[in-house]
Amino acid sequence: MTRPIRQRLEVPVAGGDGERYSLRMGPQHPATHGVLRVDLELDGETIVECTPQVGYLHRGFEKLAETKTYAQGLILTDRLDYIAAMANNVGYCVAVERLLDIPVPMRAKYIRTIVAEMSRLCSHLLWLATHALDIGAMTVFLYCFREREVLLDLFEELCGARLTFSYPRIGGVRQDVTGSFIDELQRFIDIFPSRIAEYETLIDTNRIWLKRTVGIGKITGEEALDLGLTGACLRGSGVDYDIRKHQPYDAYDQVEFAVPLGSEGDVYARYRCRIEEMHQSIRIIQQCIDQLPPGPIVDPDAPDLVMPIKAQTTIQAGRSEYGTGLIRLLRDENIYITGDVYVATEVPKGELGFYFISDGNNRPYRMHIRSPSFIHIGALSQIARGELIADLIANIGSLDVVLGESDR
Amino acid sequence: MEPMEIAERLRSEFPEEVLQSYTHQGQTAVLVRPERIVAMLRWLRDTDDLRMNHLRSLCGVDNSRRKDPGLTRFEVVYNLYSIPHRHEIRLRAEVGAEDPVIDSVVELWSAADWMERETFDLMGIEFANHPDLRRVLLPDDWQGHPLRKEYPLKGEVEWAGMTELLEKVKELDQYGFQPDGNEQTSSGPSKEDK
Repeated sequence: MTRPIRQRLEVPVAGGDGERYSLRMGPQHPATHGVLRVDLELDGETIVECTPQVGYLHRGFEKLAETKTYAQGLILTDRLDYIAAMANNVGYCVAVERLLDIPVPMRAKYIRTIVAEMSRLCSHLLWLATHALDIGAMTVFLYCFREREVLLDLFEELCGARLTFSYPRIGGVRQDVTGSFIDELQRFIDIFPSRIAEYETLIDTNRIWLKRTVGIGKITGEEALDLGLTGACLRGSGVDYDIRKHQPYDAYDQVEFAVPLGSEGDVYARYRCRIEEMHQSIRIIQQCIDQLPPGPIVDPDAPDLVMPIKAQTTIQAGRSEYGTGLIRLLRDENIYITGDVYVATEVPKGELGFYFISDGNNRPYRMHIRSPSFIHIGALSQIARGELIADLIANIGSLDVVLGESDR
Repeated sequence: MEPMEIAERLRSEFPEEVLQSYTHQGQTAVLVRPERIVAMLRWLRDTDDLRMNHLRSLCGVDNSRRKDPGLTRFEVVYNLYSIPHRHEIRLRAEVGAEDPVIDSVVELWSAADWMERETFDLMGIEFANHPDLRRVLLPDDWQGHPLRKEYPLKGEVEWAGMTELLEKVKELDQYGFQPDGNEQTSSGPSKEDK
């Protein structure tokens, strides 16, 4: 199919009698984490050819976004990576703010950093739970869901939703955080490091876990770059690329944190990276809580479903000249600056990029979503080729793909 | 390196190809001719002080409703980033309306494989020398390319596979399968599954 970057086929691990047969895994397969179909060409238990098929969840978000205003487009991003919807919302808002040159108050930046990191914890917990379950460790699943529940409750307290938040908005966030939310969050991050230690006692040096993960799905740094991997999949191979450090957005340049790197590039290295990332997320949240500045939570000029605050006040005052008021938003004229930007954010799965073209209208002329899962699934055929079919499950788990994001 | 400097370097290296460059919101984009796109991207990737080794995104754009005149019907947009040097640049390659073809860059990045398939699928731009140019998100027998501006939001016609699917449902019906799903008792708790 594609240019082979590895020659693992020459050493079949458990080759059969040379007679090939094909197997269709999915789309309804528990270990594929959604509606992913993998067409396999097998020789015994060894994968000769692996062709992932996606598109079962395609909802045409890029087309839909062209018909919606910038504020309306936000809800589409909830449905991308529904495990970490908050991080997607933040990514969208950061991109639109950059496109339309909308400033964000400092307090909103800190709050968004907190919720994005909570989202990262949620996603990594669910990843660890299902990844361990795929490999056969049931207890980890239950432990992880215990902590994830606390986080979802916190989100519910913050904005009323548990999965599809739409809490950040262009130019800030929707509501301010309450004292009780901060207290609950503080209690959670005090206790969470000991919970991570609990997961580690279960699997970190577990002999079965090590047999299933060490040396499986090895990717060198160069291969990972070639395949376009980002996030923990790239850092597990030792490439230091984290957008939070490289091109900081929100409050990430105000806080200290380390970027965990692996060296082996196998399933175990990616597992270690994500576990360390959870520790770093806790560090970031702690610093954000400590430094949380007072002030407004949304820029008055920011467009939204309701009228911008500035327009509301000018209409009340009986004046007719206003900046980005609702009436001008509804009229089809040039209200925004024209141009194009590509803005990427570090979501739990990797690099989520939005490429926007504005032609001055209140709707994006073109929105392209660079979703990490799509590119990771595209890389799967090269990673899995020549390995055992059981290791394919470990590989899909460790690439951490979500099909909602992949298919858009 | 400053992004504008990269654009100038590119212009001096490929004077025939680079048409225009501009900066918007701190990001520099270069409008180029499509013929030597592979050579340009290879040069950007392999030159020592540029090292644009990360292909961030590749997508197609339909310019037919753009207000500014002088743009070709389609564009293929490459966003590049250099992980060692931490700079970025965007290339916008012009693609004409009659025969929307541009050379594939899969030989430079394997990641471009699926990105180009997606662009072909949704925008209808073909990539020469692509190893496996098929639809990726839509069914293989889909008609049209949805991201083109003339394609209506609700689609043009019903997907051809739909009739086949409905016949299959009818066939399964004789085994007690309820297409409405009302008859079946829902079992199990609702899950927030992946």
